[in-house]
Amino acid sequence: MTASASHPSQPLPLGSGISDRLSKKASRHVKERIIEGLLFSAAAFSVFVTIAIVYVLVKESWVFFETVPLSDFLFDTQWTPLFDDAHYGIMVLLSGTLTSSAVALLVAIPLGTIIAIYLSEFAGFKVREIAKPFLELLGGVPTIVYGYFALTFLTPILQTIYPDLPGFNLLSAGLVMGIMIIPYVASLSEDAMRAVPMSLREGSYAMGATRLQTALWVVTPAATSGIASAYILGISRAVGETMILAVAAGMQPNLTFNPTEPGATITSYIVQVALGDLPHGSIGYQTIFAAGLTLLLMTLFFNLLGYWLRKRFREVY
Amino acid sequence: MLKAADLDAIRAIITRAKRWDLFFSMLGILSLMVGVLTFTVLFVDMAIQGVPRLSYEFFTSFPSRRAENAGILSAWVGTILVMLVTALSAVPLGVAAGVYLEEYAPKNWVTDIIEINISNLAGIPSIVYGLLALGLFVYYFGFGQSILSAGLTLALLILPVIIVATRESIRAIPQSIHEGSYACGATTWQTVSDHILPYSSAGILTGVIIGMARAIGETAPIITIGALTFIAFLPTAPFAGDPPAGLFDWILAPFTVMPIQMFNWTSRPEAAFTVNAAAAGFVLVFMTLAMNGLAIYLRYQLRKNIKW
Repeated sequence: MTASASHPSQPLPLGSGISDRLSKKASRHVKERIIEGLLFSAAAFSVFVTIAIVYVLVKESWVFFETVPLSDFLFDTQWTPLFDDAHYGIMVLLSGTLTSSAVALLVAIPLGTIIAIYLSEFAGFKVREIAKPFLELLGGVPTIVYGYFALTFLTPILQTIYPDLPGFNLLSAGLVMGIMIIPYVASLSEDAMRAVPMSLREGSYAMGATRLQTALWVVTPAATSGIASAYILGISRAVGETMILAVAAGMQPNLTFNPTEPGATITSYIVQVALGDLPHGSIGYQTIFAAGLTLLLMTLFFNLLGYWLRKRFREVY
Repeated sequence: MLKAADLDAIRAIITRAKRWDLFFSMLGILSLMVGVLTFTVLFVDMAIQGVPRLSYEFFTSFPSRRAENAGILSAWVGTILVMLVTALSAVPLGVAAGVYLEEYAPKNWVTDIIEINISNLAGIPSIVYGLLALGLFVYYFGFGQSILSAGLTLALLILPVIIVATRESIRAIPQSIHEGSYACGATTWQTVSDHILPYSSAGILTGVIIGMARAIGETAPIITIGALTFIAFLPTAPFAGDPPAGLFDWILAPFTVMPIQMFNWTSRPEAAFTVNAAAAGFVLVFMTLAMNGLAIYLRYQLRKNIKW
């Protein structure tokens, strides 16, 4: 064995060996720093994505708002950007977004909360082990499939109950959207409830409270901040949902808060324009960026609200 | 001393409370059933409509004006190619970012900004990513309405999912593993590459699969970048196009994907196309369910097998 000099059982020769090791250490240090730099740039990349989103939306909207005054955008009651007599009242699209989201939340929040309380406080281990992955699957179905379901299955059923219902309507889209959002609301609320320490429940049971009383008067209040942010996430999903509305709600702009009418939302308008072939740089092309900016501001507002709620109402144990 | 009447009253209260408990349990199961039932009806309805349409020809034909001749060849090929671009760009970036945040990041405002930013990105609607891609990839970088643009768009969309999954599976590794490695004189990167990444790989894989399942079904951002719906050809195979042909000629080709094909068929009034939409939807749901199911199974195995 000629390599016996480097064998650990042999005493290391002084001199060259140590300087070798020291220089190796220096190169090792450089390599470490380079790797750390690379990893940092990967993490920082997400910040650039955000900056790019804001930059693109603001840049194109800026051109849009040079032609269309902001007051028209906010207060006009018509949205006909592709007609000769162009009107740009975002209110029309907002009404569709708000109406469909309201329907969705009326489904998702009660059902999601009940499911969360049930899974966290009532259900046995087995039920929970089956139900949670199932909810995950429900949340994993592509939204275009939900859209298809709303249009071809739910709308005909609703029409037998309510014959005047048009083929495209916000109601059916909103209901299906609500089902789609249930998993988000339920699983986040459940996480919040499970995070409530067992001692609180035990205290409540020791006082003679039943499961339901404990769930409603002890666990739910203690988990308020988490539940609230689950709701906020649900709202933000509903506002940003696109395909269900594009497929099942029709895409005619319609200033209405009546869910039984067809309507366009901010998101479905963007899809509608993208499906046509508007030239790059035309006013029609820029409207979708203005609409997108409105949408981004709305979701940003909800995200911040959720963040604030979590901070403000977090119970510290 | 309890009087008999008081005892009865207490019993009545207990019975009533128990009845409420039972009532709420029923309500909980009922609510769960709404979800289960919707899912079952959705799946079965689509299967009844679509499965008879599934045939060898359906998978090997291009879309057509005649519903009975139309197929999903260009759609599934497009989906696979787009997913390839997405995975190749999102996985290295997402895992690297996750590793940095867990193993390297100092506690300072830069890290805080990155963390808040990632959770914020996760809340941005997918269609906004589409607008970003339209402005940035399609026009500014000049990638056009290509597989590359779509793949990168979806990569940005699932980046937060992969980062969060990476961080969670790294966090599940006990601190003693880190300490043992450092005590033997390993550098941070040696610790990460020899211990942290191998031990967290199954968890990361779960997150990647969930992210990819989400990307496969995303329609809105791809429509926004202007993907065509009627594509009756396949992207150029590697080295098969006009010279000088390269390995990556397909990356700038126009394309369509499964959800867009389904959207196209759904929005046509003829019933025959609705059947096609059901068939395409069935394939799509089957794909996402299989992927999600695989992820859930992996996670289950992981939880069962690893005892630190």
